[in-house]
Amino acid sequence: MQHGKYRFIVGFLALPLGLYALFVVWPFIQSIYYSFTDWTGLSPEFKMVGLDNYRRMLDDDIFWKSLQHSLMFAVALPLVTISLALFFAFMINVGGRRRKGGPVISGVRGSSFYKIVYFFPQVLSIAIVALLFAFAYNPDSGAINSFFRGVGLDGLQPLWLGDPDLALWCVMAVLVWSTVGFFVVLFSAGMASIPADLYEAALLDGAGRAATFFRITLPLLWDTVQSGWVYMGILALGAESFAVVQIMTTGPGGPDYSTTVMVLYVYQKAFRDGQAAYATTIGVALLVVTLAFAAVVMRLGRRERLEY
Amino acid sequence: MKTTETPAPLPAESGSAVPVTKVGLSTEKPAAEKKTEGNVLNAFSHGILVIWAIMVVLPLLWAVMTSFKGDGSIFGSPWSLPDTLHFDNWSRAWTEANMSDYFLNTVLVVGGSLIGTLVLGSMAAYVLARFDFPGNRFIYFLFIGGMSFPIMLALVPLFYVVNNMGLLNSIHGLILVYIAYSLPFTVFFLTAFFRTLPTSVAEAAFVDGASHSRTFFQIMVPMAKPGLISVGIFNFLGQWNQYMLPTVLNTDPDKRVLTQGLVQLAVSQGYKGDWSGLFAGLVMAMLPVLAAYIVFQRQVVQGLTAGALK
Repeated sequence: MQHGKYRFIVGFLALPLGLYALFVVWPFIQSIYYSFTDWTGLSPEFKMVGLDNYRRMLDDDIFWKSLQHSLMFAVALPLVTISLALFFAFMINVGGRRRKGGPVISGVRGSSFYKIVYFFPQVLSIAIVALLFAFAYNPDSGAINSFFRGVGLDGLQPLWLGDPDLALWCVMAVLVWSTVGFFVVLFSAGMASIPADLYEAALLDGAGRAATFFRITLPLLWDTVQSGWVYMGILALGAESFAVVQIMTTGPGGPDYSTTVMVLYVYQKAFRDGQAAYATTIGVALLVVTLAFAAVVMRLGRRERLEY
Repeated sequence: MKTTETPAPLPAESGSAVPVTKVGLSTEKPAAEKKTEGNVLNAFSHGILVIWAIMVVLPLLWAVMTSFKGDGSIFGSPWSLPDTLHFDNWSRAWTEANMSDYFLNTVLVVGGSLIGTLVLGSMAAYVLARFDFPGNRFIYFLFIGGMSFPIMLALVPLFYVVNNMGLLNSIHGLILVYIAYSLPFTVFFLTAFFRTLPTSVAEAAFVDGASHSRTFFQIMVPMAKPGLISVGIFNFLGQWNQYMLPTVLNTDPDKRVLTQGLVQLAVSQGYKGDWSGLFAGLVMAMLPVLAAYIVFQRQVVQGLTAGALK
């Protein structure tokens, strides 16, 4: 077995590892280094400036705004999405009519149909979803406001994305819309593996559906909920919020920076304003926020592991 | 809710011998109380579930409907059905709005990077899963780490790395970058998969004189087919839908991919104010992934949910 083993290992690893190191790892390391320089990105020259960029960042009002919005994306957005998904998944898997002789707990009829439909938005590009909803939100001729007019709510014609107080919520609603189905499917798989006799015992003891959910389903599903939260938070801090905010809101970044998120701010500083070094500084802050977020969720959510 | 639950054991006992039919329920007297509770809940569940299903499907149907409407009625009455089916929107979007070019670019980029991702990803995963060598764990975690870092941080230097290699605004440049960014999940998924495959077959082949690479390509890859399909579909969706990487690395209008092209069209107010053509393009870009999802439903769900459950 030893013959030619190392040659084989090197041969098979060289190309994938090389590509990965060149396009992913190396840029990561570089960006931390660049955050201590005054590099513009336009010319190859730069010099070290120590912590100047970090000092500037702490005084930057837009940075604080974007941090605040990003935290909303990482905390409020998954909270709403995951609660909704748990609610739906519970109804799909446990809310069914009790059939005589059947299991005590059963899913609604057509549960697989619901799961298939709910998952639809998840496979669409977030860019396409964002475009679609940008049209729907259009205050004059968009689908939502014309719907309000159609049902006689003429007085209710919000500006949606044009209203600084509403814009961020509108953008987050789109991500809720597109992500709920994913979690419904994820949690359904988890719920399906919970043994039915646990439910049977609880019902015998007189527990209602709500008690069943909070005492049995949620604790047994906790690991899935937690890793799902981290997964969504990382996405929402990065690629997903970038696409929705950049495509949907005017500016982009909304009226009065009302929707600017950290990842968009990095992009604008680097590729619009020619401040590459400062952009990587905000990027480092984004990295810190992401890691801190994951650590906090894992820590807060730590409880005894339940075996079943 | 609680009170109606007390006589619980009855239906399960008496029902076990009787064949299960829905119709039979309505005539059963003793179970009446339970049944109503079940029914109310059932109706409530269905009601809520249907509302969300409508909220999911309605925007998509609305987009399809709008893509067949004339420009005037898109803004005049967004909810009305099209008076006549404007198929010309579709042909205009395909040719004049360059959707055909964007489509071709996307197919080239995704095709190239999908093959590259699967070949390189399975090679790396196989070595990491099956061979003991110094640094194995380190390389594995180096790959896996890429799943949780914000890509945006790397994008600024990445732009200059790609630029210095002369790969900016090129299809093959995009392909290489897509492959690199798809490797973390692919390696993670396939390493776990290769570990589950039996070792005996590969060992037998090796004893018979097959080289390591021959064993890999002729025995392990065919055995790993289900895993390759799952991770392949996952990558297809991710790469087809990619927006951030091309936005940064690909600013040449001729090299745009679908998502970029559509956003660009929308930004420029729909080329010549042609909103109906824009909607046709939007639906065009949605169809391949929706079709792939419906056909490979099970594998898509498997691939995507595996990503959240490390």
